[in-house]
Amino acid sequence: MLIVACAVLTAVIKGFGPVLLGGRELPAWFSRVIILIAPALLSALVVTSVLALGKTWAVGAHTVGVAVAGVMLWRRLPLVLCVAVAVGVTALLRASF
Amino acid sequence: MTARRWSDDARSSFAKGLRLGVPFALVGGLLSLSFAVLALQAGFSVAQAIVTSVIVFAGSAQFAMLSVLVGGGGIAAALTASGLMNSRFLAMGIALAPSLPGGPVKRAAQGQAVVDASWALANRGDGTFDRWLLFGTTLPQYVTWTLGSVIGAVFGGSLGDTDRLGLDAIYPTFFLALLIAELRDRASRGVAIAGGLLALALVPIAPPGVPILAASVVALVGLARRPSSRCRPPRSGCSSWPARC
Repeated sequence: MLIVACAVLTAVIKGFGPVLLGGRELPAWFSRVIILIAPALLSALVVTSVLALGKTWAVGAHTVGVAVAGVMLWRRLPLVLCVAVAVGVTALLRASF
Repeated sequence: MTARRWSDDARSSFAKGLRLGVPFALVGGLLSLSFAVLALQAGFSVAQAIVTSVIVFAGSAQFAMLSVLVGGGGIAAALTASGLMNSRFLAMGIALAPSLPGGPVKRAAQGQAVVDASWALANRGDGTFDRWLLFGTTLPQYVTWTLGSVIGAVFGGSLGDTDRLGLDAIYPTFFLALLIAELRDRASRGVAIAGGLLALALVPIAPPGVPILAASVVALVGLARRPSSRCRPPRSGCSSWPARC
């Protein structure tokens, strides 16, 4: 029940924007805002997943792992490698504390 | 439009999307695997864990739903959390809308292809999107998302504690990669910092998912950046837009 409801909800949310706006050309100011939505949303996703737990601020081994991977990503190393290092560092830290 | 459905442009965009999608698909497969393992621990059956990934296909929503259930929340709360987490697809869908052809049903169907990595990669950076690149990038991700959950659900029981394995570091790294690709100019960097800080500030006071949605409000600074009248988002040329505008 929950699973199906969640799927339907997701599909409706994903379909809403495209249907609502019906392929009209949008003004330039709208494009400027849209372009900036991605960095805002992605940054919020990253920050809340590594610096918060539920409703409190928290750091953990994965914070360190993701930070190391972040430096590697910045240096343009491959994503799969960066993820492997993030997981490895996190697991190592958890094993040693 | 329909007559030229498979133009050369579309074909090469789709192929490029497939290539670009592979690294995200590999990581997504791991993420999906960790989802299935956690779902089993939360009391999902093997079939339920797999079906969730097959029909929902939205990582953050699935994890949000799961964490509410694990935390003792009810079905309504779990659904709300996943809906709020997904609300960013509303923003993404609105951004994508002008780049999609067809009637309401077709447009809604095309909107289903939106997942974070595909949306970010299909974003041409001028307010328009390459829809065939979007479809191409999503396809391998859907395949591995399904496979990952199948593997996780079938073998997850023998993995034990996934926290110990550090699988929770996958998800943020995935989004960090997308974020770094988006930091094209000073405006996007400023918005990223402000959005992150705003989300973090809201964590203690807002329900799960809301801090992330609220961060998108920061993008409204785009309104204040008045370009000179000659500089508009071009279909060609002026590659530095909006940095120079």
